[in-house]
Amino acid sequence: MTLTPVQTFIIIFMVTIGTMITRFLPFLVFKGTRSNNSYIGYLSRVLPYSAIGLLIVFCLKDISFKSPVYGLPEIISIGCIITLHYWKENTLLSIGAGTVIYMVLVQFVFT
Amino acid sequence: MGSFGNFKNNSLMRKINNNENKAGNMKEKITALKAAFPHTIPVLTGFTFLGAAYGILMSSKGYGVGWTVLFSLIAFAGSGQYMAITFLTSVFNPLYALLMTLMINARHIFYGISLLDRYKDTGRLKPYLIFGLCDETFSIVCSTEPPKGVNKNWFYFFITLLDHSYWVLGSAIGGMLGSIVSFNTKGLDFVLTALFVVIFIGQWKTQKDHKPAIIGVLCSVICLIIFGQSNFIIPSMITILTALTIFQKGHKEENKLSKESLQ
Repeated sequence: MTLTPVQTFIIIFMVTIGTMITRFLPFLVFKGTRSNNSYIGYLSRVLPYSAIGLLIVFCLKDISFKSPVYGLPEIISIGCIITLHYWKENTLLSIGAGTVIYMVLVQFVFT
Repeated sequence: MGSFGNFKNNSLMRKINNNENKAGNMKEKITALKAAFPHTIPVLTGFTFLGAAYGILMSSKGYGVGWTVLFSLIAFAGSGQYMAITFLTSVFNPLYALLMTLMINARHIFYGISLLDRYKDTGRLKPYLIFGLCDETFSIVCSTEPPKGVNKNWFYFFITLLDHSYWVLGSAIGGMLGSIVSFNTKGLDFVLTALFVVIFIGQWKTQKDHKPAIIGVLCSVICLIIFGQSNFIIPSMITILTALTIFQKGHKEENKLSKESLQ
């Protein structure tokens, strides 16, 4: 533990508050009004797809393609996940195998 | 005396009625639980694994199972909790932790918007349903109708509750394993990336229109290059919103066309 227990609790509290704001906000803002707004409706249909794309980029943001290991562990592991998921379509298998492959790559291959 | 007897009878009747109601409610809840459980099996497997990975990761950073369970119980936010590890292991900065959480979880705003109608008449269960609206719960709730004869509100409640329990239980298992077995956890946090990649592929396969997914990745990559690692999320969200708004017109016309071609 780097932080004191009180500091830890404050961080946990902040993450909880932040999460709850994002979850409760739409229900508080649109309280009483029906979501007949076609623009909001359109956004709610398409945004989940864009949001996951953004999240993947967020997870990979620290890769450097200019210096060793040139993002190779990530590229190889994601390639395996895509292949495996198209082939077996088993969520747990794809996630599990992809993670194990990545761990092996960063711990033993590209050290 | 007669009226007293009546009063006694009435209160007795009320008690029996109450008990019957309670039994009826109980039965209704069990039916809803039974209907909800099968839908949550993928989440059960996923959350046990991801939660355990999270617990092990927390434990490798020196946080005991108590902290992990507390965090999972009150925040119930997978990616937010993973991200928070950064803040638990660096200089104390609560404001930045709050802002980062808002940025990462901003996507929940759109989950809420799409469930406004579905969660409209959920009464006293509503606060908990909104509290537990994580990615996985959202994906089940927005794509699943309760079977006939099953109370809709309790159905959604049990999906949320089961997912929440899996997450807490998984992280507890991980937290306990983490303190017993010690192995090199380097790269274990890739499990989150793997999850998002798998969700992305799943969406890609079920969705004919790939524009929203492509917009999400492309705008983020461009903003990452321009604004750098620590500042690109908000610009990305604005760019994504702008791009989606521009494409809305085309989207509408396509919808119209496909409807016309169906007729």
